[in-house]
Amino acid sequence: MIGPLAVATHVLSLALAAWAFVEFFRQREPSRPLFAGLWLVEALVLVQVVALVVRLAGGGEPHGGDLVTLIGYLLTAVLLPPAGIVLARMEPTRWGSLLIGAAAVIVPVLILRLGQIWNG
Amino acid sequence: MADTPKPTGSTGKPLNRGFGRVLVFVYGVFALSASARAGVQIGTKFSEAPLAYSLSALAALVYIVATVALARSSATSRRVAWFAVGFELLGVLAVGTASLVDGKAFPDATVWSDYGQGYGYVPLILPFIGLFWLWRTKRHEPVAETTAAKG
Repeated sequence: MIGPLAVATHVLSLALAAWAFVEFFRQREPSRPLFAGLWLVEALVLVQVVALVVRLAGGGEPHGGDLVTLIGYLLTAVLLPPAGIVLARMEPTRWGSLLIGAAAVIVPVLILRLGQIWNG
Repeated sequence: MADTPKPTGSTGKPLNRGFGRVLVFVYGVFALSASARAGVQIGTKFSEAPLAYSLSALAALVYIVATVALARSSATSRRVAWFAVGFELLGVLAVGTASLVDGKAFPDATVWSDYGQGYGYVPLILPFIGLFWLWRTKRHEPVAETTAAKG
């Protein structure tokens, strides 16, 4: 688990969520930058996941939970932003913006749980 | 955006558009996380708390059914969604109360333990929102949400 990267993911993702919620309240459909923001969050999550997988391969072990749970959270964290993007693309209304906001709120929760499972 | 699908047998507003799409997403996340949790619990330590872990699996199943039913917007799936979301509400209230009364039966949190506290009480709020959405889309006249804003 890379600490600074996790912090960066939290900050970026929550800022994106705030922006998406503003767009939602302004009745705006999700703009290209919102989609790009969620892709960027996905990129950070992927780096984090690769780092964890490398440590697992190098003999590292989760301290606060079992391996299966960790893998479950890894998969969820990786799949969540693309799922949000696909659904938001199908919904070019204000609700698409809310969708991106929802995805951007859930990602930090997953990263937080990943950190807890890894670090104990 | 222009290609509005025909309401196939649906009685009211499509369940799966607008806010409904957000609801499907959130239900999907819960279906996934509840399934993963139940899978881990049953696969690794089922004998520790068979009741709680069976309820975990039941919760996962209910979330999956609710997600699929909300995502398809047919008359049948609407009925299924009423049942699934209603069951979800009963489940979170029953398991939430049971876990507070008899904590020993629930040593490891399920999605519904302590009214979904481990999940920020979202499991408690979600069925109310789901039932509200089902009720709201039931009406025949379009509920002017996005259209009214443009006018």
